[in-house]
Amino acid sequence: MSIVACHDVTKTYRQGKVEVTALKEIQLEIEAGGFVALAGPSGSGKTTLLNLIGGLDRADAGRIVVSGNDYSELKDSQMAELRLHHIGFIFQSYNLIPVLSAVENVEYVMLLQGVTAAERRQRARRILDDVGLADKYHRRPAELSGGQQQRVAVARAIVSNPSIVLADEPTANLDSKTGEGLLALMRDMNSRRNVTFIFSTHDKMVMAYARRVVTIKDGCIADDRMKAA
Amino acid sequence: MKDFKLAWRNIWRNPRRTAVILIAVIIGVWSMICIAALMRGIVGGMVSNGINTLTGHLQIHQRDYPDDPVVDHRIKDPGAVMGMVAPHLPKNSQWSQRVRVNAVASNARHSTGVTMVGIAPAAEAKVSFIGTSVTAGRYLKDDDTSAIVIGKALAEQFETRIGKKLILMSQDAGGEIASRAFRIVGLFQAEMEATEKRYAFVPVSSAQKMLKMQDAVSEIAVLLPGHDMAAETATRLQKLLGTDKLIVQSWQQILPMVTAVLKLYDYFVFVWFLVIFIAMGFGIVNTTLMSVFERMREFGLLKALGMRPGRIIGSILAESFFTLLLGMGVGTTMGLLTGWGLSFSGIDLSGLAQGAEFAGMARIIFPIMLAKDILGANLVVLILGLLVSLYPATKAARFTPVEALSHT
Repeated sequence: MSIVACHDVTKTYRQGKVEVTALKEIQLEIEAGGFVALAGPSGSGKTTLLNLIGGLDRADAGRIVVSGNDYSELKDSQMAELRLHHIGFIFQSYNLIPVLSAVENVEYVMLLQGVTAAERRQRARRILDDVGLADKYHRRPAELSGGQQQRVAVARAIVSNPSIVLADEPTANLDSKTGEGLLALMRDMNSRRNVTFIFSTHDKMVMAYARRVVTIKDGCIADDRMKAA
Repeated sequence: MKDFKLAWRNIWRNPRRTAVILIAVIIGVWSMICIAALMRGIVGGMVSNGINTLTGHLQIHQRDYPDDPVVDHRIKDPGAVMGMVAPHLPKNSQWSQRVRVNAVASNARHSTGVTMVGIAPAAEAKVSFIGTSVTAGRYLKDDDTSAIVIGKALAEQFETRIGKKLILMSQDAGGEIASRAFRIVGLFQAEMEATEKRYAFVPVSSAQKMLKMQDAVSEIAVLLPGHDMAAETATRLQKLLGTDKLIVQSWQQILPMVTAVLKLYDYFVFVWFLVIFIAMGFGIVNTTLMSVFERMREFGLLKALGMRPGRIIGSILAESFFTLLLGMGVGTTMGLLTGWGLSFSGIDLSGLAQGAEFAGMARIIFPIMLAKDILGANLVVLILGLLVSLYPATKAARFTPVEALSHT
């Protein structure tokens, strides 16, 4: 059963007087538990597709169904609710809240979900232990390396028990060794928790880790390759 | 960890910017409190000055006396009038009967127009300023017959002193010119030099004898326990006494300029508060907008995580709330300290003596701090501060996650 289904999804942007079609009638289905890379050069539309799947933007045409929810039937508040409980995000530039410590950044999502303080603390610490940051609970982002910040971002994305994690160029600001460590971590999360990971990337290392690579070019799917198990 | 903790930390992300807003709020609140207290002190001084300077809270006259204060318009049986009125006065009220007519004071060298006030010294001391204002010589006694107490400024004008004679001349009840010599026993000092030059106090029996008034008096002045009882008490006493022979007036009617200033006072304070706030409000909006635009990506993240727009608005309002609260606390403390400091010496307006006297203001202004003014200033700042913060807060809530996250 597909956890993500895109049917004839089209998205157009206006840049000044010019209309740019970022995505043209995309057809895509992703199974639950997938570890999928949306690959392609800059401007291909991969980030746009990721944003549409994450409900951060709305398609101009077509349908997107995520975890059984048809986005065209949801209001903005319902989309926000869906993101809060079912979708985790990892960004290229980490996007941690600078005035909160590592554990507080991870707790914040659960605070929005209404989880009790004691449970928030326990789950946040456990997930930080899982990502190898057991001794960094109380460090603020400015006191962490790029790799450590991205691990906190991974922890934040996972801690709310989402069905899907969307990662936009997660290794772009990391060196190859750190990036590889992060990918191994996410792959491990994918296996243990059966969380679906969808990446937007042009990093070959990410593509190598992915079990399925969907190549997007000029707003269309140019290639869709599943690797052997 | 709650939203308030995040809001508190956020306001210290840029300490210099927060300090700018704080200084604006502190100065705003401090100036609101101080100006309100000083204005209240000025107006309170005008009211107290007016009431103490023979006006009292109420006056009872023969009905034509206010328009023409001559001896013909006198209360012929003041004992009977007080017999009717006294039981209807609030507890702890005081009263004094006076003869008050225009007269000419003269000595060998000078002469000038004055108001001769015949008083019962003991009763008068409880009603007006004169009992405690004699600074040289002595006050009048109930058994004095030819003693007179004049103002220090009048004595200087007349180049005279205690122990010397002063002649008072006026029209008596028979329409003839009456005059009498008095011996100066005391000099009084008042808030305003004009008061010192205007009034000459003699025993009421001496004035009645001189003007052939028998037991009649020109006015009965009443001092009530509080300023704000006057209007209602005057109305009540007028109904009791009827309107054909006697007129009862409150201090508000006798001092129309002071009453007008009092009414203006509340509007003035409101306008002042508004002006201060408008100046402060632009600063708050500007710096909050800067803070919001600097954190666009963060708001994009929060929306991506699923934070509702209402909660984003709430978090920015919480930041404004903490900043305003801090500024209000320090501003109020500074206001209270300033008021306390000025309560010892006041603000001396002697340099503006004539101008201040013309306005009926006391020479030294003491601030009057009321809880309602302090609360009012803080509430204006808090409520309007949160209201103007709504604009940047709403802007932050409106960013779509995509446009906010793509902001560099």
